Amino acid sequence: MTAIITAILVIAGIGALAALALAIADKYLAVQEDPRIGLATAALPGANCGGCGFAGCADYARALVEGTAAPGACAPGGDAVNAELAKILGVAATATEKRVALVKCCGTRSEAIRVGDYNGICDCSAAAATAGGDKGCRFGCLGYGACANVCPKHAISITDGLAVVDKRLCIGCGKCVSVCPRKLIELVPASATIHVLCNNPVRGPEVTKVCGVGCIGCHLCEKNAGGKEANHFTFNGFLAKVNYENPPTDATLADKCPRKCIREDAHFETGN
Amino acid sequence: MKPKDTSEHYILSSSPHAHADASTSRIMLDVIIALLPALCCGVYFFGLRALFLTGTCIAACLVTEGLCRLAMKRNNTIGDFSAVVTGLLLALNLPPDLPVWMAALGGVFAMGVCKQLFGGLGYNPFNPALAARAFLLISFTGPMTTWTKSAWTLSAGNVEATTTATPLALIKKGAEGFDWSQAALIKDLFIGNVNGCIGEVSALALLIGAAYLLWRKVITWHIPVAFIGTVFLYAMFKGGVPPLVHVLSGGCVIGACFMATDYVTSPITANGKLIFGCGCGLITMLIRTAPTGAYPEGVSFSILIMNALTPLINRFTQPKPFGKVKK
Amino acid sequence: MKTVNSAFKFHGGVHPQYNKDLAASKPIEAMPLPQQLVISMSQHLGAPAKCLVKKGDAVVKGQLIGERNGFISVPVHAPVAGTVAAVEQRMGPAGGWADAVILDVAEDQSAAPAFLPPLDWKSASREDLLARVNDAGICGMGGAGFPSAVKLNPPPDKHCEYLILNGAECEPYLTSDYRTMLERADRIRAGVEIMRKILNGPAVRIAVEANKPDAIKALEKAFADIEGNVEIVVLPVLYPQGSEKHQIYATVKRIVPEGALPIAVGCVVENVGTVAAIADAVEKGIPLTERVTTVSGDGVVEPKNVLAPIGTRYADLVAFCGGEKDGVRKVISGGPMMGFNVPHLEIATTKTTSGLLFFTSAKVFQYTSNACINCGRCVRACPMQLNPAFICSAVESNDIAAAQKMDVMDCIECGACSFGCPAYRDITQNCRRAKASIRAAAAAAKAKAAAAAK
Repeated sequence: MTAIITAILVIAGIGALAALALAIADKYLAVQEDPRIGLATAALPGANCGGCGFAGCADYARALVEGTAAPGACAPGGDAVNAELAKILGVAATATEKRVALVKCCGTRSEAIRVGDYNGICDCSAAAATAGGDKGCRFGCLGYGACANVCPKHAISITDGLAVVDKRLCIGCGKCVSVCPRKLIELVPASATIHVLCNNPVRGPEVTKVCGVGCIGCHLCEKNAGGKEANHFTFNGFLAKVNYENPPTDATLADKCPRKCIREDAHFETGN
Repeated sequence: MKPKDTSEHYILSSSPHAHADASTSRIMLDVIIALLPALCCGVYFFGLRALFLTGTCIAACLVTEGLCRLAMKRNNTIGDFSAVVTGLLLALNLPPDLPVWMAALGGVFAMGVCKQLFGGLGYNPFNPALAARAFLLISFTGPMTTWTKSAWTLSAGNVEATTTATPLALIKKGAEGFDWSQAALIKDLFIGNVNGCIGEVSALALLIGAAYLLWRKVITWHIPVAFIGTVFLYAMFKGGVPPLVHVLSGGCVIGACFMATDYVTSPITANGKLIFGCGCGLITMLIRTAPTGAYPEGVSFSILIMNALTPLINRFTQPKPFGKVKK
Repeated sequence: MKTVNSAFKFHGGVHPQYNKDLAASKPIEAMPLPQQLVISMSQHLGAPAKCLVKKGDAVVKGQLIGERNGFISVPVHAPVAGTVAAVEQRMGPAGGWADAVILDVAEDQSAAPAFLPPLDWKSASREDLLARVNDAGICGMGGAGFPSAVKLNPPPDKHCEYLILNGAECEPYLTSDYRTMLERADRIRAGVEIMRKILNGPAVRIAVEANKPDAIKALEKAFADIEGNVEIVVLPVLYPQGSEKHQIYATVKRIVPEGALPIAVGCVVENVGTVAAIADAVEKGIPLTERVTTVSGDGVVEPKNVLAPIGTRYADLVAFCGGEKDGVRKVISGGPMMGFNVPHLEIATTKTTSGLLFFTSAKVFQYTSNACINCGRCVRACPMQLNPAFICSAVESNDIAAAQKMDVMDCIECGACSFGCPAYRDITQNCRRAKASIRAAAAAAKAKAAAAAK
């Protein structure tokens, strides 16, 4: 019995001493920090996605308070967070629009041809560096998931050899944009619903040789969306591109695309 | 509509496109082959029960590995034979009269806790067979140090020795007046006609296996030579019991040739291997000769301690690149 | 002139199955002209050449069609007379896309070729010879394709003490260098004398692996009466004996510092085929427009050493060798250790295509990677004395910085690590990935710094 009591006393004593030491350290060794850093960190979403270009939310908050960064870089937070940050910092808020990643390819394994059986590391850059990649289209999605692997929100899935972004989960951090060796992921306004899911600017006959759903630059979409003056589409070579400054909204555009590379996705409340 | 696909595709992979005839399962198979002489000796000296115990350990390891992989939803790795090697090594490090359920428990512990919990082959920090042996030794000290069915009849006729002790236990006791340098003793130790674990007794059988592994280039000489060399030198400078007795007794040879050379838990570079082997030898002898320690044998603990140091050794023995200039 | 054995052994290396006997006994055979050539503007290391022709242009044999575009770049010449059918992007053997001239070969090849005027190397100045090597579009024909004129013109503070001829041909299956040494030893000798003059008289070492005794004999005969310090160094059979840095060590025991070129230790290494090409360029004025390519492997009907114009499509090349057998699963441009897989046979040869190998399913090595068991085979095999296992693990966990710290940039991608890996890990590919990533990061940082400076 005495042994137990001794043990309890000893342990309790060590605990008390340690607590005292901590209390003293907190009082005398405290580092003075701008309280706004704490406020700004709290205001940020805490996803630590790195989309702002800093190591995490706390790092961005520090940069904001130190004046080396401006509010507005937090894509996941959107307008609400940026307004909050502007209030904390005492500057004027700038409105930003919520943006989400879009994979500009719809050439699944069942639609686009592969020219080889790739055997190696399951990574897009590695596959692209092996004989130029196994996909027939040299602009299309390889589907080895480099984007999915870096996505902090698991918003990207690989289905039938193609990366697909779940708009509802995407926070627009842009990490996927930088890892894609084919550079076919783009951040687009979340409110846009009509997209051209192709990235191949070469001539039609070349495209149809490798993909069943590749854009051939026929300009039908432009015509159906009110012609050149309506300015809903731009063209790069033989590739149509949605003008996200002025995105089309007509859902029938997708049906009318002869190559079925124009797709509509549902509009949804982004929450901001 | 998908365009017409061209005939059969070629395989696209990154160079090199040639490969040596080597595989993990072949290496494990070689280790199993190399352990067969030691197993045969164990069966010869301790009877069929040794074989039964070995079978139990291997089965326990295989079943545990299979179930763990299933539970972890990973690919089944039974085919790489590493579980067989672990089961075999564990059995060879057990006393022949250990209750069967204890041996099976050891196998489960080796595979489940020491290997698969860390992610399977390649990720375990400690040699699973040795960790399981240590687990059994600590949990069931009695059965793990009982050598009842002794076949050891010392040619010199030492009465105490013929009953229940291993040579190392005798050394630890400091058997007064025992003639350690007699040729008959060395011969018994070399052949394996002594008390001990199933596979550790016959240095001859183990050395045959080690020679096979060296010939097959499965192991390199560094760890065995450094280990045994350190034990020999330590014993020589310590005096008393002849160094050869220390080398041939207990688990020194099986430890140096088969347990310490486990790839996963030993350093990767040649220099690292030398340091590792020396460390094992040193700790073994410190445990064996410590006047206050409880254990007569220190091979398993020494290897486990050095396993823990392996990442550190690796860190300090990184090779220097060809043409590297100091900045 | 004497023959010596190499006394210096570098660390590591592996012994793949060489299988050179498939094509070793086949003399170099010129193939009939194909109907169309695809001549890439990116035949070499460095910046692609600038295309000088357009669709519809008629060109004659030897005409300059691509002009040197930067310091590390070489010009490109038309191998035959013909009409330009198109200038468009085509994929090269390494998987990169570059502009290529699609040339419809003229049926009538009697038009006078536009060769350069022959030079007498004895009377020509060093500068003229150097200019000729440059104008003839000569680059290393061993694999990397480094422009020879840059190699042969060391910076003024560096002196070339050794000219090393690389005749190791350590890649399995390939025999193009072997046949060149056997059949064109006199051209190699002429090239050596020219290069000696350009480099101000260095000692010459001809490095040949011991498994080519015939080639050594042929070279001994051709070089018998040469003056000056010339030695044939017989190297032990070991892959990668043909690696520049390791060959320098094996022949003259000098170690090239990391990130430096061989000239840093007073050496210039050139492939034997390139040396013969230099002789032709100077003495006959012929630009580099054709080369010997070994077509081999168990998937080709008749393995051969083919002399083909640059830009020959692989389909034409294999058709000349009897075609591919049924069940070919892998086609390699180059050797099996460092060559590139190609997805189809529309790809065309370049100045660096030393081999084209076809393998059927029986020979193809296909794999799935298992966990690293830390066996250390890669560490023992790595000729650069790296720790491939640890680098591979670092890259797999996306820790490129750790890989860089373990000197992944020194990796020569020889493949010795992956070759012997019992777990079939993609060690070489991971090293390559890390190097590409580090290079990209460095380029991005440089671009950023340049933008900031503006």
